[in-house]
Parts: sequence; C-alpha cells; structure tokens
Amino acid sequence: MRHIISLLMENEAGALSRVAGLFSARGYNIESLTVAPTEDETLSRMTIVTRGSDDVIEQIIKQLNKLVDVVKVLDLNEGDHIERELMLVKVKAAGKDREEMKRMADIFRGRIIDVTDKTYTIELTGPGSKLDAFLEALDASVILETVRTGASGIGRGDRILRI
Amino acid sequence: MELTGAEIVVRCLADEGVDFVFGYPGGAVLNIYDEIFKQDKFKHVLVRHEQAAVHAADGYARSTGRVGVALVTSGPGATNAVTGIATAYMDSIPMVILTGQAPVPAIGLDSFQEVDTVGITRPCVKHNFLVKDIADLAATIKKAFYIAASGRPGPVLVDIPKDVTIYKHAYEYPKEVSLRSYNPVTKGHPGQIKKAVQLLLSAKRPMIYAGGGVVLSDASKQLIEFVKLLGAPCTNTLMGLGAYPANDPQFLGMPGMHGTYEANMAMQHCDVLIGIGARFDDRVIGNPDHFFQDEKKIIHVDIDPASISKRVKVDVPIVGGVSDVLDEMIKILKASKERPDEKAMKSWWSQVELWRSRECLKFNNSSEIIKPQYVVQTLHQVTNGEAYVTSDVGQHQMWAAQYYGFNKPRHWINSGGLGTMGFGLPSAMGVQLAHPDAQVACITGEASIQMCIQELSTCKQYHMPVKIINLNNRYLGMVRQWQEFFYGNRYAESYMDALPDFVKLAEAYGHVGMKIEKPSDVEPALKEAFSPKLKERLVFMDFITDQTENVYPMVPNGKGLSEMILL
Ligand SMILES: Cc1cc2nc3c(=O)[nH]c(=O)nc-3n(C[C@H](O)[C@H](O)[C@H](O)COP(=O)(O)OP(=O)(O)OC[C@H]3O[C@@H](n4cnc5c(N)ncnc54)[C@H](O)[C@@H]3O)c2cc1C
Ligand SMILES: Cc1ncc(C[n+]2csc(CCOP(=O)(O)OP(=O)(O)O)c2C)c(N)n1
Ligand SMILES: [Mg+2]
Repeated sequence: MRHIISLLMENEAGALSRVAGLFSARGYNIESLTVAPTEDETLSRMTIVTRGSDDVIEQIIKQLNKLVDVVKVLDLNEGDHIERELMLVKVKAAGKDREEMKRMADIFRGRIIDVTDKTYTIELTGPGSKLDAFLEALDASVILETVRTGASGIGRGDRILRI
Repeated sequence: MELTGAEIVVRCLADEGVDFVFGYPGGAVLNIYDEIFKQDKFKHVLVRHEQAAVHAADGYARSTGRVGVALVTSGPGATNAVTGIATAYMDSIPMVILTGQAPVPAIGLDSFQEVDTVGITRPCVKHNFLVKDIADLAATIKKAFYIAASGRPGPVLVDIPKDVTIYKHAYEYPKEVSLRSYNPVTKGHPGQIKKAVQLLLSAKRPMIYAGGGVVLSDASKQLIEFVKLLGAPCTNTLMGLGAYPANDPQFLGMPGMHGTYEANMAMQHCDVLIGIGARFDDRVIGNPDHFFQDEKKIIHVDIDPASISKRVKVDVPIVGGVSDVLDEMIKILKASKERPDEKAMKSWWSQVELWRSRECLKFNNSSEIIKPQYVVQTLHQVTNGEAYVTSDVGQHQMWAAQYYGFNKPRHWINSGGLGTMGFGLPSAMGVQLAHPDAQVACITGEASIQMCIQELSTCKQYHMPVKIINLNNRYLGMVRQWQEFFYGNRYAESYMDALPDFVKLAEAYGHVGMKIEKPSDVEPALKEAFSPKLKERLVFMDFITDQTENVYPMVPNGKGLSEMILL
C-alpha cells in the first residue's frame, strides 16, 4: 500500500543522505521525497511517499526512527491527513488548442502563470492523484515539460508532528 | 587556556578513560600523533594494516565490554579500516573510530588522500560525524562514545579534518550528553513482560534462544537464573556462546546452520520460544516458512525495535535491555506461585534427551590423521576451558564454536554477522592487551590467517603471547564443503597451492613455530605451547589436518531447521 511518512530531523549536513541511503540500502522504494527547513531552523521536515506491505512499512518506520539524526517519525496514513503536491506543466498552446487548454486548467483549478504565443505554463496543486488525472486528461503530444514537487502531507485537526 | 584540536582529541580520549588506541599514522593525523607522543595516559598500539587496528580495538571491546578505539589517517587509512568497521557494525560492537581528513577548505577538491569517509562508512556505522568546527570537537567525541556504548551498541566514526587539529579552542569535556533524537529504551513494558511470563509458564514445550545481546548487556547471570527458574532448555547463537555455560545440562549447544541436532529440533518443535538479544538471523532460523510449519508462539526481547518482527513475526515483542527485562521477569517468576506444568516439562525433556542421544557432534577420530575437532577438544582440556578464543571464518570457526565449550561470556570472539576472514589474529591482539595474563588462543585456517598475517610483527613489538592454532587443511575448507555438497565436487579455486612454511614464517617474525602432523603430537604440542616456558611467547601451531573433513550438522541453505545433514 502507498504510505506518506513525515519526519522531523536535525537540520544537519548529511541527514538527507542518511535517509536516502537507508532506502536504497534496504531496497525500500521511494515514490517521492521532499525536504525543507521548518519554522524551527534546527529541524528539517521530510515527506516520503513509499509503497510496501504492512511489514515493510513497519520496518521502514523502525529503521527511520533508528537513524540518530531523526527526531520523530509519523506515518500519516495511520489517521486523517491532507496531501498536497505542486506541479508545473508547460504545454503547447497555439491556435485552437489555446482556448481548450485554458478550459482544462480551469476545470482542474490550475492557474496559468506564464504565457508565450505558443505555450502556457500551468500551476496545479492537489493530491498526487489529481495531478495524475490532469496529465491524463491532456493529449500527451501537447505536454512539453512537467515538474512536480513530490507530495507534502499534514495530519488533520489536532494531529500535529512537532517536538 | 586554549588547546589545539590535536591536544583536544588526546585529552578527550584520556578523559574518557581510554587505555589503548590502535592505529596507524599518516599526514592527516600527524598533529594528533605528535600529541600522543607527548602524553602517557593511554598506550598507542601500532598495527601493520588499518583493518587490523579496527579488529584489535574490536577484540578489546568484545572481551571487556568497553568501547574500543582506533585511529587512522585519511584516504587509504580510512578505506583500509572499512572492513573492520563493517565487521563491528554487523555484530553490534561499541567502538569509536577516529579518521583524519583533508583540511576543511580542501574538502571536495579531490585533494591529496581525500575520500568521502562519512559517505563511504555511512551504511556500516551506527553513526558518523565530520567535525568542521573545532568548537564542536570535544562534544562530538563525547557523543561518539555515548552513542557507541548505549542502546544497541555499534561503531561510531569521527572524521577530523587536518586544519581542525591545528586551530585552538577552550577545552571542556562534557560530563554528559543528551540527544533529543536518540533515546534508547532499556526498561521493558511491564504489561508485555507479564504477558511473556504468563505465556512461558503455560508452555508445554518452552525453549530459550539467547544471543549476542545477552553478552553485550552483561546479563549472563540473569540468563542463568531465568533458565533455572523455568527449567527449560537453552540454546546460544554463535554470538551468544558463553552467555549460558556450555557444561550445564540445560544447554543444548548452538542452533542454526551448524547447530546441534537437539538445539535445532527444540527450536523447531517448541510451543513457546523466547528470543533474548538474538536477531532471528537467516543462519539460525533457516527457511522461515518451514520454521512456522510447527506452530509456536514467539516472545522477543531486544533493545532495537527494528530487530523485532524483521524476519519472523513475533507474538509478544518486548523492547528493552536484556538485563533490565530479565531482572523483571525473574522478579515476577519468583513472586508467582505458578510453576511450569511438571508433567509436560518431563515429557518435553525426555524428547529433548532423545534428540541429544543422537550425539550429533560425535566424529570419527583417527590415529593416522589429525581431526580438527580433536584439536579443539584438546585445546579445551589443555586450557581448562578458560582461554579467550578468537577465530577467523570458515570450518575451523564452526569447529571452535561446536567443540570448545564456552562456559563464560566474552571469551568467544568471532565475526558472526559479516564473517570476516582476517579477524582472528588482530582481534586476539586486542584481547591479549586487555587481559595480559590470560591465555588467548586464535583458532584459524591457513587461508584466513594469511589475510592479516602481517600482524605477527605487531605481536612481536608489543610482546603479545597469542597462541595461534592453525587448522591447516590446505583448502578454503568451508568453500570446499559447499562445493562438495552442492556443486558436484567441482572445487573451483578453493585449493590453495604454494602455502608458506608457517614455522619458518613465525620464526622470521621472531616467534615460535611448530608443525604438528600426527594425532599423538596434538596434546603434547598444545601443552608445550601453553606451558610456563612459552608463556611470554607467541606460538604458531600449524596443525596439518584431514583435508576432507566437513562440518556437521548442516542445514542446507533454504532448508528448514529440522532438515539437517548429519554425519
Ligand atoms: C560461516 C558462518 C556460519 C555461521 N553459522 C551459524 C550457526 O550455525 N548458528 C548461529 O547461531 N550463527 C551462525 N553464524 C552467525 C550468524 O551469521 C549471526 O551472526 C548470528 O547468528 C547472530 O547472532 P545473534 O542472533 O545472537 O545476534 P547478534 O548479531 O549478536 O545481535 C544481537 C541482538 O541483540 C540485540 N541487543 C544488543 N544489545 C542488547 C541489549 N543490551 N539488550 C537487548 N538486546 C540487545 C541487538 O539489537 C541484536 O538484535 C554463522 C556465521 C558464519 C560466518
Ligand atoms: C574476507 C573474506 N573473503 C571471503 C570469504 C568467504 N569464505 C568463507 S570461509 C572461506 C574459507 C576459509 O578458509 P580457511 O581460513 O582455510 O578456513 P577453513 O574453512 O579451511 O577452516 C572463505 C573464502 C570470507 N568469509 N571473508
Ligand atoms: Mg583451510
């Protein structure tokens, strides 16, 4: 099953490579990984999307907890949570496609953030599945470039990950 | 007063109470060596290869329970140390490894003798640090010792750039450290502990499977009391040998690939199994599906949550230190009126005795040719079973484990997890320095010993009277055995021609050499080697043994525990 794992770790050189190294060394899969500092500058927050059986996910959580730089780990799938990802897509937008492309962006609540006479760059946020759906709705030949941030996640309500 | 980084390193080691540092100098650590020259708080031991520095520190740590310390230079010094570090990591041995590094401004520029030591060692250390600022130096070394020795122990590496050893800074060695991200648990969950004791008391066929964690937490005494209270059979993994005395009737020997018939049958057919500081290794459990064909409940005590339910699903997990958890269990057992079901235990033991009567370790001794098992048995007699025994990797290692009979913990020193050939001699050096008056034997093979043979020179320099028992079968015996069993007798590259004359070799290094070719000479040779006359000397005993001997029992790879090949 797909899991979103959030963790807080010491904001130190090399901390990211410890996590990435753990996943490759133990053969866990990483669908996406994002990391950035938090409001507490000594901490970074990382979100990892991975897949595995319950046993594998349990091992991943334990192994992450075991890393000396990791302060806290939370499997967001254990409760209600919100997932968001940002995608930028550059598409062909010439002639009759132009109007159609604008309409598609609207349907998916995307914003056109850069315009040339032949292209649009569309910004889209949402859960990964929504971004996938948008790409599927487009004709593959009009897509020039995509860039995705990977998922970020946060617990709903008073589910809070902090130290 | 301000000290240089090099002075700080040396002061930290002294303040940590380190008595031996095993190392090898080079450009990046010259400042540290200059400070070592000026001090007398600890002794530096100059090895002949950095791998041996780490193995020696490891042998010191395994035999004392204290943190072993190694110091090597940057680049090739660090890469040579990697095998030693990985060896310690796999067996959870507390160590601190200090490495030199290119100066901070030179890092990343492919500078002279620069390697990414932190990157290279990351997967085989408990943790590592690169100290870029002298202000962090003392605190980092303190953290390294703390992390290495606490929780599940392991090697911690501190990489120190050369310029950091030159700068000056005020020195204060922190008395304590606490890390918000690292808080190992030692006390087990009381509810889980109660549940475990209940389950054990209700068992009809209980089995106790204890491993290296018992040795690491110095909980041998508790283990013995616990086993006695339950009246159950007990097995020790290769890493746990000595945790429970081999001469006690409740001891069934080692489990696993080369475990005894009785230990493996009892592991397979018990109804409640408690794993204590043992990690359900693939060499011990065999094929996990086969292991569960006979239903059983499993209790697992381990300080590392990640060890629990990793390879085998556990019914009652207990995260905690062996000694704390056993203390609690013993308390509950003593307070409880309940006792194990007497009738069930009687019939369980008669089953176990039936398995034991198979005498799986019996071998056909010979008056013509030296049997390796016989050498190990005789070594036990000659040393009263009290020697520290280190070993290398191969058949000789298994025979040492099966036939020496360890009655005390920390006396059996071997590389179990990584299986590192070359470990035996250097680790014996660390053991001998830690226990200068003790008998230290290194049971090795003619192939393994050649992987760190250069250390004979270190032994000479520091007067280490290690007794080397070379079980010379002219083969990579363990490899040959697999080729005989599973590769149609095709002995691909497992025969070693052109072996050195080990007697002359030992003599060339300034030691005593003996070649023993007849079974009747085995005992006299061992007696002489361990006699007062040779007490101060390293003796290299080259036993020419039966080339065709195999290690039995054997659970073939992928087979179940009860599917042993027996002699
Ligand atoms: C050629 C060869 C053949 C081998 N054949 C066999 C064989 O037949 N049988 C066999 O048993 N082994 C064999 N081995 C060794 C095997 O590979 C493993 O190294 C060994 O079985 C592991 O032992 P262990 O389970 O006791 O764990 P260890 O590696 O000793 O690990 C200790 C466990 O205890 C935990 N622990 C540490 N400290 C504490 C504490 N304070 N409190 C609680 N828990 C703690 C750790 O987290 C870990 O899970 C062989 C090795 C070689 C090289
Ligand atoms: C560094 C290293 N290389 C290779 C191996 C694989 N290996 C395991 S046992 C063995 C043979 C050891 O031969 P020897 O030391 O003569 O011992 P014997 O089995 O003959 O007793 C080999 C090559 C290993 N364990 N370690
Ligand atoms: Mg051999």
